[in-house]
Amino acid sequence: MSAKKTVTSLALAGAVTTALASLAVAGPLTKAEVDAAVAAKKEKCFGIALKGQNDCAAGPGTTCQGTSTTDFQGNAWKFVAGGTCTSIDVPGGKKGSLKPI
Amino acid sequence: MRHDAPPALCPTLPLRFPPPLGGTAGTSFKPAHLPAILAEPPRRGFFEVHAENYMGAGGPPHRQLEAIRKDHPLSIHGVCMSIGGPQPLDRDHLARFRNLVARYQPSLVSEHLAWSTHDTTYFNDLLPLPYTAATLARVCDHIDQVQSAIRRPILLENPSTYVAFRDSTMSETDFLRAIVSRTGCGLLLDVNNVFVSAVNHGFSPQRYLADVPLAAVGEIHLAGHSVQTDDDGAPLLIDSHDGPVADDVWALYAGLIAQHGPVPTLIEWDGNIPDWPVLQAEAAAAQAILDRHAKAPAPEIRHAAA
Amino acid sequence: MRQPEPSADYAAQFAAALLTPERAAPAAVIGPRGNAAARRFNVYRNNVTVSLIESLIAIYPAVQRITGPDFFRAMARAHVRETPPNSPLLFDYGRDFPAFIAAYEHAQAMPFLPDVARLERAWLDAYHAADAAPLDAAALAAVPPERLAELRFAAHPATRIIRSNYAAVTIFSANRSDAPVARIDGSVAEDALITRPADDVVVRRLPPGGADFASRLIAGQPLGAAAGAAFGTAPDFDLATNIAGLIEAGAFTDIRFEDA
Repeated sequence: MSAKKTVTSLALAGAVTTALASLAVAGPLTKAEVDAAVAAKKEKCFGIALKGQNDCAAGPGTTCQGTSTTDFQGNAWKFVAGGTCTSIDVPGGKKGSLKPI
Repeated sequence: MRHDAPPALCPTLPLRFPPPLGGTAGTSFKPAHLPAILAEPPRRGFFEVHAENYMGAGGPPHRQLEAIRKDHPLSIHGVCMSIGGPQPLDRDHLARFRNLVARYQPSLVSEHLAWSTHDTTYFNDLLPLPYTAATLARVCDHIDQVQSAIRRPILLENPSTYVAFRDSTMSETDFLRAIVSRTGCGLLLDVNNVFVSAVNHGFSPQRYLADVPLAAVGEIHLAGHSVQTDDDGAPLLIDSHDGPVADDVWALYAGLIAQHGPVPTLIEWDGNIPDWPVLQAEAAAAQAILDRHAKAPAPEIRHAAA
Repeated sequence: MRQPEPSADYAAQFAAALLTPERAAPAAVIGPRGNAAARRFNVYRNNVTVSLIESLIAIYPAVQRITGPDFFRAMARAHVRETPPNSPLLFDYGRDFPAFIAAYEHAQAMPFLPDVARLERAWLDAYHAADAAPLDAAALAAVPPERLAELRFAAHPATRIIRSNYAAVTIFSANRSDAPVARIDGSVAEDALITRPADDVVVRRLPPGGADFASRLIAGQPLGAAAGAAFGTAPDFDLATNIAGLIEAGAFTDIRFEDA
């Protein structure tokens, strides 16, 4: 076991106590300790929760109807990109630009 | 400590015995309409869902269906059983179907005279079959299996078709009549499908309706179709479910109800889905026809199974 | 011996031609008066192909917005032909699509796209996952400190981790709505935690070491080992923040000890 991979019981207990305090679960902490833990957690934000943007995305459903859109034969050379890919920068400077074949 | 209310692990709904539908009109249930539906007091009418869309383990689809089922009668419409296919039914799928019916206790359960899976490929379309003694035997066998699994009869829907088979030896109505008499299943008569197939194959829809065993019809479907052309430039109707019911189909429907009496009737609308009031208005049009031909305003029958 | 039925292969004939537009319509298929029915058969080809393309659009709306609808349809059409569904449950379809995108010649300028697709697939899995009550933090408070190292967590059925060498979470988030998309530096590596504590699927961008830590806990490793490994991966790993964040996100349902 390398030193780097060892987490002492004390460190674990401290982290769990801080975590519980930031979740406002009652523990053996003073109010000042709880406030400090909550402040620390806010600073080191775990991750912004992204929600509410998915309202229309409930996935596909079965069909028992035919479609009046005709699109079963399309060929690869007919398409050009028109999406938001051009506002996404990636290494190589291609900027996600798409070309027809 | 604050928690979101934990979702019920195995929701136990205070389901009443599945209510009989009588001569009521219903609509496809689309989740986008749920807020509008719940904003109103429960109304007369029923909702129909595709079984497969509620076969996930959990999550919002079940909350939505529970909300609908709490206040309205439900019809569960299977789309993927592949009853008309040559291969054995998918036992896993049959078990899922049985569980769904047991969980939601719908007033109506239906499936299609069609196939959608071959080998392991699921095509997501209702594909046609030849009408022969051999396919009849197999379809009846498949229906027996479904009915045994769910312990109740199903309604089998007549398809809309774009091609016919050289090998067919029976008419569709003869085929359906034989199925009904051999399996004890009922029929879901899709009047739009009758009209679409009649135009596509050049038969009389009135004649079809005269030949079909009406006494077995437990539900009617109405939907919109669109018009294309076939190999010879003749009109080819597509069963697209993406608009209002056509006037010709309303006329057939009104004639059928006048002659046969009210039957639970569903408006299907699956593409270009309109706002709830538009769909509701389409159902109200069907309800007006049903009400016109209701027998005496008899007291509601409380104990008849659907 | 049963005689082979003359019509028993109708489904095989149909199936062979449905996803292969170059093939002729099955010989058994006719129009009125026995006429040819090639155009009529194409209605079925079209129904199958279009409905499956639309299923992929419904699973991968952000990918579609990134590529634009024409590009997406062409890419999806190629995938549908190569890998049609093998289950009637369409919400299970498209599991091979991220790998298909990664190999798709015309998508190579968008190296982040497969990861955005993986995130969208995970979102839908979380949406349909079994219902379960998230872990009550009070249960953790009751664990004796000396036993914390051997504590193991049971993942909620909805919990997923997606790791990316690109800014997959930012790109996903910007493209799952119709709101305007600002310039994004796609080259920043981001990891996502997907949970569904109640009915809303929630996607979070994980801090350094967070994905490693969470993945180990989800896999059933004890807390002590998972924390040690995360410190090894990311020196600035913050254990308290990660424990609190995972519990708050509803990533787990239960705790147990090694020997329990």
